[in-house]
Amino acid sequence: MRPSIGKSLAAAALATTLLATAACSGGGDTEEEPTGPVELSFWSWAPGIEKTVDLWNSQNPEIKVVLSKQAGGADIVTKLLTAAKAGNPPDLAQVEYQSLPTLVSNDVLADIAEQTKDVKDKFPAGAWQQVTLGTEAVYAIPQDSGPMMLYYREDIFKEMGLTVPKTWDEFAATARTVRQKDSAKYLTTFSAADPGWFAGLAQQAGASWWGIDGETWKVSVNDAATKKVADYWGGLVTEGAISGNPMYTPEWNKSLNDGTIIAWPSAVWGPGVLEGNAPDTKGKWAMAPLPQWSAGENKTGNWGGSTTGVTAASKHKTAAVKFATWMNTDTAATDSLITSGAIYPAASAAQASQHLQAPPAFFPQQADFYTSAKTIADSAAGFTWGPNTNVTYDTYKDAFAKAITDKTPFSAALDVMQSATVADMQKNGFTVAG
Amino acid sequence: MSATATTGRKRKGTAPRGVPYLFLAPAIILFTLFLLLPIGYAIYLSFRQIKVSGLGLGKGSRTEIWAGLDNYASALGDPELLGSALRVLAYGLVLLPIMLGLALLFALLLDAPRVRFGRFAKLAIFLPYAVPGVIASMLWGFLYLPAVSPFNDVIGALGLPEPNMLGGGSVFFAIVNIAVWGGVGFNMIVLFTSLRAVPGEIYESASIDGASDLQIALRIKIPLLMPSLIMTTVFSLIATLQVFTEPLTIRSLTNSISSTWTPLMKVYRDAFSQNDIYSAAASSVVIAVVTLVLSFGFLRLVSRQAFGGENR
Repeated sequence: MRPSIGKSLAAAALATTLLATAACSGGGDTEEEPTGPVELSFWSWAPGIEKTVDLWNSQNPEIKVVLSKQAGGADIVTKLLTAAKAGNPPDLAQVEYQSLPTLVSNDVLADIAEQTKDVKDKFPAGAWQQVTLGTEAVYAIPQDSGPMMLYYREDIFKEMGLTVPKTWDEFAATARTVRQKDSAKYLTTFSAADPGWFAGLAQQAGASWWGIDGETWKVSVNDAATKKVADYWGGLVTEGAISGNPMYTPEWNKSLNDGTIIAWPSAVWGPGVLEGNAPDTKGKWAMAPLPQWSAGENKTGNWGGSTTGVTAASKHKTAAVKFATWMNTDTAATDSLITSGAIYPAASAAQASQHLQAPPAFFPQQADFYTSAKTIADSAAGFTWGPNTNVTYDTYKDAFAKAITDKTPFSAALDVMQSATVADMQKNGFTVAG
Repeated sequence: MSATATTGRKRKGTAPRGVPYLFLAPAIILFTLFLLLPIGYAIYLSFRQIKVSGLGLGKGSRTEIWAGLDNYASALGDPELLGSALRVLAYGLVLLPIMLGLALLFALLLDAPRVRFGRFAKLAIFLPYAVPGVIASMLWGFLYLPAVSPFNDVIGALGLPEPNMLGGGSVFFAIVNIAVWGGVGFNMIVLFTSLRAVPGEIYESASIDGASDLQIALRIKIPLLMPSLIMTTVFSLIATLQVFTEPLTIRSLTNSISSTWTPLMKVYRDAFSQNDIYSAAASSVVIAVVTLVLSFGFLRLVSRQAFGGENR
């Protein structure tokens, strides 16, 4: 609370100006591509990506890429939408899979199917499906993927006599055992702040939130598979077997660091997060496949993962696609992404890189980390994202947070997500089949 | 002498008529560019909406169309916006009396005849105002979070049940507390400064008449402070309706704050997270109108009492 009218007015003016710029439409189409040296602007938030860009620039003086570091995930989508409306988006941008339809629907990304005919085979089918949205078009080139796996404190599991759960039933039993043996500890937490995490868990169970049927969108965020996942976690939170506090808070960091939270269903990029947020636990974690819904199954979902897209307003699309293809398929480039950015590449060949032979530095004892990771990655389910994932994700945060504080069924929160998603699509005029 | 005076007058008389406008131009241009135009544009946007055809994936499948009053209808009929408005109203009802009451109390105490450590106290009370809202919220967030809070460590060590300040019921007061902490200092300085402007003879004559310090405070200082109190109330009222930073920052730490906890948070979510600037613009206009009505309504309500004598 800041009782200053001047500041308030300034803020209001600023906000309106932002809104104004956000809505200025512009940017004509330029079909001819100039020849000669070109300069490409590239927005990305991947750590260490500047080294990969430098590598390209040293080898390709004709096509100079100028990197602009951005805030991650959802923020870059907002900035891209705004910049595209103002008529000055970058040529290339890093975009998460779930944001692709939103950007395509807003005419931000170009269809690069023409220029990427030979690229398709270099990626697993699941990743490629996500950049085509199940159509003939190609809207981006996959960069990295986030197959989900289970991280657990090997030392504490041993100490408490726990075995690594292979199914979600075993996982629930383990959670209860942890509570009985030590009331200060939780096996894990359910986070209402991370919709991408929940989406990954739902994918594993076979969820399909969006689908395209001819010219009609099908929306089923509350399908049977997702309801099963939601009610499973809801039951655990309500009975107190696991915590319901959000992830990525100082509290969560402390719990990971001091061993009061001892497992984390996460993605292949998890070691980097653990290293940053729980530095005292080096060498104490181990990775296992995510627990399964039926014993003997072998499935997972993706949490996060991103692509490189070329914008519709770019004047140098061919050059931009050339760079995007190189960055995500060339061995030198993907090796650089792995070593300087700890990125788990989406390209099949890159996943077998020599740099992925040794385990992550934070998991020195698990020599086969990346070999197991590749097996897990190959079992990831495909998924179609919708044109308003942002609305669905926002609703997840509110509805699930409310369900946790009010102790109401998670499947009801899922129904809220479904109706908010459909209502938003209908309001905007999409053809939707309920 | 007279010659120069004449030429001077002459020059003044023949100055181009446009000169005053030239001097006004910077202010008018800036005002138009950065206030009138954006506001006008926001109002324009509030009457527009997006229409998508089919799957919405092809080029040009998204057009902007005239929406009439649709955005206003949905903003006014939105239970979330109403809920957040009521929450902010309750927030204001709790916050304003505490914050202004404390500010008044501190101002009167510091203005009392025998004050020790006056300068230090003033600085200490004012200092939180200098801390940016985001940083203040993060500081308090750490103090509230049960696992990292030193308060909870102490309470736990005493064997008492540890409170969760970010729980469903208490998070409201946790936010109020941050606002009180940050806002008392500024209001205290405003009130204190206007107390300092009161001529000392008034107090002298009052004490000669036998008034105690308390009576002087209640019967002389507070009535004289009325204009300043009204001003701080109006400013605080506006700031209250615009509460945004604190809940937005605390939100990432807890499940208890929704993305539409305050009206401005809803505008922010609609515009920047859900990419719907049109309904966000409509909600903004509604919020601006309500703020104006409340502020001017309050001023009209109290001005007759406070400034009545001067106006007549």
